[in-house]
Amino acid sequence: MIPLSHVIWLSAALFTIGVIGALTRRNLIVILMSVELMLNAVNLSLVGFARAWGDLGGHVFVLMVIAVAAAEVAVGLGIVISLFRNRDSVNIEDVSLLKW
Amino acid sequence: MEIPHLVTLVTFLPAATALALLVIPGISEGLCKKAAVASTLATFALSLELWNGFDPTRTGYQFVEHVPWLASYGINYFVGIDGLSLLLVLMTTFLMPITLIAAWNEIHKSVKSYVFFMLTLETGMLGAFVALNLFQFYVFWEVMLIPMYFIIGIWGGPRRVYAAVKFFLYTMLGSLLMFVALLVVYWLHAQQFGQLNLDLVAAPGAVGPALLDTTIPLAGQAVWWKTQTWLFAAFALAFAIKVPMFPFHTWLPDAHVEAPTSGSVVLAAVLLKMGTYGFLRLAVPLFPAAAIELTPWIFASALIGVLYAALVAMVQTDMKRLVAYSSVAHLGFVMLGMFAFNLEGVKGSILQMVNHGLSTGALFLLVGMLYERRHTRLIAQFGGVAKPMPVYAALFGIATMASIGLPMLNGFVGEFLIMLGTWLANPWVAGASAFGVVLAAVYMLWMYRRVFFGPVENPENRGLIDLDLREKLVMLAVIVPMFWIGVYPDYFLRRLDASVIDVLRRVESASQAAANEPVTAGTERPARSAGTERPVGAARAERLERAAGPLAFADESEVTR
Amino acid sequence: MVEAHAAALTVTPSTLLRWIPLLPLFAAVVHGVMLGLLRRTMPRSGVVALSVGAVVLSFLVSVVAFGQLISLPEGQRVLVDDLYTWIGAGRFSAEMSFLLDPLSAVMILVVTGVGSLIHVYSIGYMDDDHREDKGFQRFFCYLNLFTFSMLMLVLGDNLLVLFLGWEGVGLCSYLLIGFWYSDKWNAYCGSKAFIVNRIGDFGFLLGIFTLFAALAQAGHPTVTFRDIATAFPAIAAQTVAMPGWLGGGEWKLATLAGVFFFIGAAGKSAQIPLYVWLPDAMAGPTPVSALIHAATMVTAGVYMVCRMSFLYAAAPGASALIAWTGAITALFAATIAITQTDIKKVLAYSTISQLGYMFLAAGCGAYGGAIFHLATHAFFKALLFLGAGAVILAMHHEQDIDKMGGLRKAIPYTAVVFLIGVIAIAGIPPLSGFFSKDEILLGAYTAEHIPGHRMLWAIGLVTAGLTSLYMFRLYFRTFEGKFRGTADQLHHVHEPAKSVLVPLGVLAFFSAVAGFGGLPQVYGDWFGIKNSNSLAHFLSQTLGHHEVPVSHSEELRLAGLAILVSAIGGALAWWLYLQAPAVPQKIRENAGPLFRLLREKYYVDEIFDVIFVKPLVWISENVLYKGVDAGLVDGAMVNGSAKGVQAVAARGLKYLQSGYAQSYLFFMVAGTLAIVGWLVS
Repeated sequence: MIPLSHVIWLSAALFTIGVIGALTRRNLIVILMSVELMLNAVNLSLVGFARAWGDLGGHVFVLMVIAVAAAEVAVGLGIVISLFRNRDSVNIEDVSLLKW
Repeated sequence: MEIPHLVTLVTFLPAATALALLVIPGISEGLCKKAAVASTLATFALSLELWNGFDPTRTGYQFVEHVPWLASYGINYFVGIDGLSLLLVLMTTFLMPITLIAAWNEIHKSVKSYVFFMLTLETGMLGAFVALNLFQFYVFWEVMLIPMYFIIGIWGGPRRVYAAVKFFLYTMLGSLLMFVALLVVYWLHAQQFGQLNLDLVAAPGAVGPALLDTTIPLAGQAVWWKTQTWLFAAFALAFAIKVPMFPFHTWLPDAHVEAPTSGSVVLAAVLLKMGTYGFLRLAVPLFPAAAIELTPWIFASALIGVLYAALVAMVQTDMKRLVAYSSVAHLGFVMLGMFAFNLEGVKGSILQMVNHGLSTGALFLLVGMLYERRHTRLIAQFGGVAKPMPVYAALFGIATMASIGLPMLNGFVGEFLIMLGTWLANPWVAGASAFGVVLAAVYMLWMYRRVFFGPVENPENRGLIDLDLREKLVMLAVIVPMFWIGVYPDYFLRRLDASVIDVLRRVESASQAAANEPVTAGTERPARSAGTERPVGAARAERLERAAGPLAFADESEVTR
Repeated sequence: MVEAHAAALTVTPSTLLRWIPLLPLFAAVVHGVMLGLLRRTMPRSGVVALSVGAVVLSFLVSVVAFGQLISLPEGQRVLVDDLYTWIGAGRFSAEMSFLLDPLSAVMILVVTGVGSLIHVYSIGYMDDDHREDKGFQRFFCYLNLFTFSMLMLVLGDNLLVLFLGWEGVGLCSYLLIGFWYSDKWNAYCGSKAFIVNRIGDFGFLLGIFTLFAALAQAGHPTVTFRDIATAFPAIAAQTVAMPGWLGGGEWKLATLAGVFFFIGAAGKSAQIPLYVWLPDAMAGPTPVSALIHAATMVTAGVYMVCRMSFLYAAAPGASALIAWTGAITALFAATIAITQTDIKKVLAYSTISQLGYMFLAAGCGAYGGAIFHLATHAFFKALLFLGAGAVILAMHHEQDIDKMGGLRKAIPYTAVVFLIGVIAIAGIPPLSGFFSKDEILLGAYTAEHIPGHRMLWAIGLVTAGLTSLYMFRLYFRTFEGKFRGTADQLHHVHEPAKSVLVPLGVLAFFSAVAGFGGLPQVYGDWFGIKNSNSLAHFLSQTLGHHEVPVSHSEELRLAGLAILVSAIGGALAWWLYLQAPAVPQKIRENAGPLFRLLREKYYVDEIFDVIFVKPLVWISENVLYKGVDAGLVDGAMVNGSAKGVQAVAARGLKYLQSGYAQSYLFFMVAGTLAIVGWLVS
């Protein structure tokens, strides 16, 4: 059996990488990928706990998260494409008009 | 003929009309105005039913309606009338049609919206007067602000936006503090009785005790002041801003000056009374010991209001601003009478609330009539107006005399009772406030002289047209009650007895309880038990009974019509 | 001195009393509605019929009521008409009810009687009105309203109905003084009268509260005169501790209340320092001056003090204050009167002076004497004012006596009645003024309980001399000697209409004979009349008996002294103003500054303006309004807090909204970590 702690550590590491990626990268698509990474890290920890405690609820919730993530990626990429069409750039620093 | 749900009908008829006007397409401006006047007149007629059906000998609330709404949170639709609110409801329903008729020619743009706002405003005001559930009261309290904000902000004078925003934010600030205090009371009630209930008094058929039965601890972990005092102060701040009391009064002159005439009339006549009514209905009965403790502060603020506002009124150059400051002075008197906590003072205070509505309302109406003709309110622009407009001068003179408290008119009765009541409580304060009587004569007569007497120097004033039939009828409608109240006030004072005695008993028992038990009584911190049933312990019941005094609360939940 | 009198125990109800004030009120309301709302005027005959008729009818009812009163046995003469409960709250209850006892009976007869005569006079006087804002009907409306208020005042059964009338006459005097309102000065004088009166009313209210509070605490909460009189002994000895900054010590409650009430009386009856409105009130039409400022309204203060005589009998401090204020006012006003050249101003200051006499009497406990003088003064002062009005009409609204002279030849009837008035006020027997003034002087002479009462008597005596001097001066300058006006003016001088002359005659008659209604016993003995002072006897039920502890011979000596002083004054006037007109001119030159001081009425108005009015207005405008209200409260507190919030937001907070999504994300993450950290710990 894989100890629970391994799964959690992996999940945490993936999550951290995702957060850092979302915070520091400038390319919108990379940010979206980082967000995906965060979501999947959470999925991983959910599966791990579900396995450890024998609770099916964790698995069910993972399926929900995957569905939501898919929808979110679709919408997100749609926005990216629309932005690119208008501004010829997917750099996040170029979309800071909604400010003081 | 018994009309069911009379209070609800009276409260919501204006709003229903407003909604109908909004929804039904293609209504002309004239029809809007006529419909509004008809609706407000109907409301007045219904409220006369209330007046006739009111039994002055009974304590407790009459015409009660109780409909559980969010029962598990204690938020219900709970309305009723007692002596305190009866006069004010009548005054509101009486003045609204008059205001609308007076404003017939005044509003030209977006008449439909204007009518809509005025009607919803009336509902808001009436709702606050009849509400017996604290949450409901708060909702209506806030609801009143929005139409008023729009009325000032859209149809007002040059600085209307500033005045409207100031009015709104200032009043809302106080209200928010009141809301916090409300939540604390809610929580304390839940602590002591194990159920959530925001009904002020026990509703008919209710199981649990009401908010007024809550023991608000006099001590507690609050800093420097006791809990009850903080709570009272929060409520008092909200109401003090509304009254307005010094130093929270500066929104009033701007709001009055910039508002259209009808807006000013409603603002002065009714909205300001919300503050004083709030004190009498909520702040004092919920926190009587704190009320007694903070009386010196209230007296000081009210007294300063009376004298200071009168002196500032004296040097105003705009007629409306002058009358606005006179409002502050008058309501200072009302607060003095109220916190004298004797029958003479409180009855005088309530009567003076109505009197002020009539006399200051009359003054604003009159100033508005002059403004309609000359589009200026600066005193320096006038002089000798009595010559082209003698009827106007005569009616303005009567309103002036009512405002300064001439016997035979309404102002005297209220002012005299207030000063007498205050004297019985604190002669020094009463004596100082009596000087306000002199100052009132000074500023009003000076204005009257500069506007009406002397030669007609300004050629624009020569051709002024005197009042037409509509304006005369409007003014008569306001002035006749002035004489009625002045000559036979007992007709009105009689109905206040039972309710005022009730409030005073509460205050008296609180002061006795405070005298008997030193502060140690409330030092026990209520344990943090969420939602579990706490049977009322024997010791607590005993304390409650002692605090309540000889009057049992049982007869407050009376189901009448 | 003054015997304590038991309040009348039996009270007879009478529904007649309400009609006495209601009749004039009805007329006033009719006029008011017609003019104020309908803008319709009645023809003059209609106005006269309604207004004059109402007052005359009221007088007739008063006579009937008086008859009803005296038909009751002595000591039980109290008629009450209780209408309804006017104001009631808690322990306080004031009925709208009327009281007719000897005191109010005298008052209503004077008010309605003299009032009727003045109403008749006004028909002729106001008819001649050429001014822009005339208003025959409006004048009578106000006059009726005034009569109503005055009658409410004197018929009031309790302090509150009295106060109703009290303020009502103040209002009417405001309306009537500023009657010709197109002239800014008239309007100003009207306002001044109202406001100075209001200052007095402030004192009056304090008196009511003090008295009621004490009575309520003793278990008798009442403001009805009869009940206060009965309950008063319970609190007569009570004292009030005064705070340190007022001098500390213990004052008698009665004295405190008495002082407060007297402040009210001083305002209404023009005593120092609240007299300043009366001379300026001469701006109103002359009938107004006659009615309000000579015969009725200004006497309200005297009436009130006498009505509360049981209070003042127990308050020697307050009584002393009243006596001294009255005396000093009398002297003060008389010194000003000798220099005035406006015919009405002389009479105005004379009124202030005579009112001082009345208060002198009241303060010394001679309440009957005060009322006696009130009545005789009503007759001869009204006569003098109406006569002056006739002169003013004849001279086409010229009021300066320096421009008159020798008018007796042109208007002999007016001159004769005016002379009668002058002799009466100068206190020459057997005209009424002598008897009433003598009773006052005797009262002062024998008032052992007032400190310095002999000094008071001396002041009264000197003032009597001055009175004679300035009144005869007025007569001589106006009616005797050479005419100093233009030939054109002289050409137009003629006697006024009958409606003007008849009241003058009636008043002259009463000025002459009214004294015999209060004939002191010393003279009564000459004619073998027992109880010759019928007035004092009649009033004794309400005011108590005032025994005079002087022998008849001493009384005669004092009277002789008074006559002598008056005669000297008259003779001096005759010499100065008729025989040697150069002498006054020389006095004026040599005593320039003193003369100017008197002529300019001691600059009192200017002093008040500088000390009170201007600073108050300046402080209100600059300190209170601009400083506190606009600057501190609105500026610093309200707008300042708004600006503060705005500053913080504009300079600091808004930069958080960078528009940069990643910084938002960073804050989200940081916040989440913080919350998680707190929850875990």
